[in-house]
Amino acid sequence: MLSKRVVACLDVRDGKLAKSVKFVDTKDIGDPIEKAAQYYAQGLDELVFYDITASSERRSIMLDVVEAVAARIFIPFSVGGGIASVEDATRLRWAGAEKINVNSQAVKNPTLITQIARAIGAQSTVLSMDVLRVAATAQIPSGFEIVIQGGRTPTGLDALAWAKRGEELGAGELVVNSIDADGTREGYDIPLTRAIAESVSIPVVASGGAGKPEHLYDVLTEGKADAALVASMVHYGHTTVGELKQHLHDRGVKVRMRY
Amino acid sequence: MALVIVDYNAGNLRSVQRACAAAEVDARVESDPEALLRASRIIFPGVGNAQSAMETLKASGLDQALTAAVHKGIPVLGICVGAQLILDSSEESTIPCLGWIAGKTRRFRLADPSLKVPHIGWNEVKAQKAHPLLGGLQAGDEFYFVHSYYPDPADKAHVYAAADYGGEFCCALGKDNLFATQFHPEKSGRFGLELLSRFSRWEGTC
Repeated sequence: MLSKRVVACLDVRDGKLAKSVKFVDTKDIGDPIEKAAQYYAQGLDELVFYDITASSERRSIMLDVVEAVAARIFIPFSVGGGIASVEDATRLRWAGAEKINVNSQAVKNPTLITQIARAIGAQSTVLSMDVLRVAATAQIPSGFEIVIQGGRTPTGLDALAWAKRGEELGAGELVVNSIDADGTREGYDIPLTRAIAESVSIPVVASGGAGKPEHLYDVLTEGKADAALVASMVHYGHTTVGELKQHLHDRGVKVRMRY
Repeated sequence: MALVIVDYNAGNLRSVQRACAAAEVDARVESDPEALLRASRIIFPGVGNAQSAMETLKASGLDQALTAAVHKGIPVLGICVGAQLILDSSEESTIPCLGWIAGKTRRFRLADPSLKVPHIGWNEVKAQKAHPLLGGLQAGDEFYFVHSYYPDPADKAHVYAAADYGGEFCCALGKDNLFATQFHPEKSGRFGLELLSRFSRWEGTC
């Protein structure tokens, strides 16, 4: 039986680790390569690197980070942040990323998902989506709206419709990030995660709001997620990857316990 | 005489090479058919579509070189699509495969609609028979999978390990100096590196 995954997300800016709270005012907290190696040793199942570098050198800095990480850790990891072309995706794959995450650029140009999936395979093409709760309207019947540019810009897209569209376009996995929950440490948005997991047939990674081990349990059971993404709760040492997995295991969730 | 990773544009050879380096296994990437016959051991990786992989192998003559290497007794480790092409045929390919072991590569057909295809993630690899390359394997050991098809050897005596995804399927198979895994040792943490290390010392006998 397939295990549920615990995924850690490392926000990288100028090659250094940062953690965003509600996507504003990020602060550096260390070296992404060392953190990755540390989590790998603790039994992490997968990593996501999100490049939030604003400068024009972003591409080469991130390639260096990816190369260095790929030489140190032997679990799958994905890279996202500003990927706008098939060339960006194939370069990062060559450098060692297992999967490529597209987000805002896919909203602006949905065929990007299909192009990347054709080049590197659907199983390596991940659609990340930032979702904000809004009043339900005819345009956004679910009350979950896709937002871009770090949560600042609404798109008018309903998150459920966008998730289904992403699957049709060739995404092999979805990362569903709740802007409302992100950085709160008060738990994932369970109704959002569940609604999306029930409307697609590809794996869903829940993101945003993890603060306690129980939150992972909730989103992997009631929320029907295949994987739970964690960030600050492990980055700041509130808990360890090993403790999170032990908690899930003790409560009957199938997770990888030997590593 | 070196351990050689076959390069036929099948994607994951760099990650296999990096994992070999971490396992302290000296490995060289080769696309020259002649070089395969001089190799001490061969890793035959692969990701993506089986038919296009077979077409590439045939166009380059690597199919014949690999078959000759297997017959010569050189230890060979197939990974993922490399574990599928060693059978007679694949449901993902209209052209025949390498046929080193009798059988067919099949697509998952799962009754349970909640099980997704591709099968992606960590799953337990359960030994069915002892094999030197699975020597350290213990109950509960998991490896990383990414696939929609799996190898199904005709003679179950060739099945060395199975995994469960809506039913058991073969995830490691072998015959004489040939061994192959549907999972990815290069993405499977410490246990995967251990398997690569064992392969680097394996003399090709079961």
